Amino acid sequence: MLGYSPPPMIDESTVRHVARLARLRLSPEEEQVMQQELSGILGHIDAITSMDLDGVPPTTHVIALENVLRADVPRDSLPREEALREAPDVVDDSFGVPRMD
Amino acid sequence: MALRDLTAAQQLAALAAGETTSLELVDAHLAAVDADPVQAFLAVDADGARARAREIDALPERPPLGGVPIAIKDALSTRDIVTTSGSRMLEGFRPVYTATCVDRLEAAGAIVLGKTNMDEFAMGSSTENSAYQNTLNPWDHERVPGGSSGGSAASVAERQVPWSLGSDTGGSIRQPASLCGIVGMKPTYGAISRYGLIAFASSLDQVGPFARTVEDAALLLRHMVGRDPMDSTSLDWPGEITVPTATDLAGVRVGVVDELMGEGVEPGVRAAVEASLGVMEDLGATVVPVSLPSALSGLATYYVIAPAECSSNLARFDGIRYGHPIPADNLLDQYELTRGELFGPEVKRRIMLGTFALASGYYDQYYGRAQRLRTLIVREFAEAFSGVDLLASPTSPTVAFPLGDRTADPYAMYMADVCTIPVSLAGLPAISLPCGLADGLPVGLQLAGPAFSENRLLDAAHAVEGALAFDTRPPGLMT
Repeated sequence: MLGYSPPPMIDESTVRHVARLARLRLSPEEEQVMQQELSGILGHIDAITSMDLDGVPPTTHVIALENVLRADVPRDSLPREEALREAPDVVDDSFGVPRMD
Repeated sequence: MALRDLTAAQQLAALAAGETTSLELVDAHLAAVDADPVQAFLAVDADGARARAREIDALPERPPLGGVPIAIKDALSTRDIVTTSGSRMLEGFRPVYTATCVDRLEAAGAIVLGKTNMDEFAMGSSTENSAYQNTLNPWDHERVPGGSSGGSAASVAERQVPWSLGSDTGGSIRQPASLCGIVGMKPTYGAISRYGLIAFASSLDQVGPFARTVEDAALLLRHMVGRDPMDSTSLDWPGEITVPTATDLAGVRVGVVDELMGEGVEPGVRAAVEASLGVMEDLGATVVPVSLPSALSGLATYYVIAPAECSSNLARFDGIRYGHPIPADNLLDQYELTRGELFGPEVKRRIMLGTFALASGYYDQYYGRAQRLRTLIVREFAEAFSGVDLLASPTSPTVAFPLGDRTADPYAMYMADVCTIPVSLAGLPAISLPCGLADGLPVGLQLAGPAFSENRLLDAAHAVEGALAFDTRPPGLMT
């Protein structure tokens, strides 16, 4: 097949890079499995990288809508105590977080 | 006949005739929910359901859905009822608001009995990715019910409820409906508000009904469609959903999608679908072959677009505003540990795949091209519908597969949705209805139509359902 390129190999450093971008801590074993599985899946979907799509625009929304606006009218929002109800760490009526380095 | 064997329309008729009460209906179904031999439920609100039934029974006039019980997929927020989306990430989470579609059904008189099991965050085709339990197929307890809305499908097939809600991103209503021998419908993208649906892939996600008859599916749909100020992608519904009455298909042109009838479709599935195409001809339809050349590229397109959207949507799960963080000394460590620990393997796989497809250096090659391929698929459907009214195919290439059969091979699991995904990418409505058995297991027929063709689809499905007279009762179902 013309334009065929072999499936991209995802190496371990790419797996670690992507996991960091995704804010996922993976164990070394998980990294290894992920490398194999992602390479396998990408092998299946790699066909799309060689199809002729010249001049075809991207679809971002399947049903054509104009900009959707709402009336600029104030309304009640969620009460603070309800918004905080499920929070694991509430500090001074706010969500608590550990320090940022 | 036991109350559980009545369809929702029959329950409404019995209520109207004064032959039963909502409380009787709720109690009869709760008994089956409590026993739960197929492990369909994650949460049950027995007290709330009974209280609501008493309220409705005391009203001077019954609301349109009259106090008939329903089950809700755990991906839909229900105020004060634990909602987990099948994930440890949301264990014990009690939402502060109810999804618009559920609100509308409750306002119309439906009574929520509980929340149903699902693949974690709706990612899967067997419900085996639930962090909590496997759900069993009512037709064979050794097999999967399909997914991701497997609990909602199984609960209707098992007659724990006459109807339920699911959500469908690439087939998560239609495929489990097919595997469980019931009716499932994914409406036009935007038909039903997504407000309160825990997001997976926002350009694809749609809520829809499960039922044992086409008429019941239409009744539920009718009370959910229409614009919601809380979801800017929801649409003003043209007219209303009508109760289907058609008994023939005179003048209806049906296209059979070549690409979805070929290799990979089990012989028994193909035979049942072909037999139902013959029945459609007998009902007056013209059946012609149609080609959607990019249909089989749909799977690859979907497995770029859906994970990309999922990786963005699931960024919100950080254990700060709700959930159960794994404590750490600094914020980044806490995010990474919490997400690494509480997401299951398939969710992590999709987040990784999506993050990769969107990452600098790969975006044009994967996500950008997938969006353009999506345009080709949209165009091919539009062209097909210039010649036919409906498109027919199998819903799933296979009948229900054994539990554990595909869990080791992610792509084999993805193949379960090969027939449903193209329709999703095009944002079109489609219904799956049971059309026969293969080796004693149900086969689903998928009918798809142009955007907003729900009434025509429901009418056609109603005519086919009447002619096929499929018995939705699984053998060996306890009464």
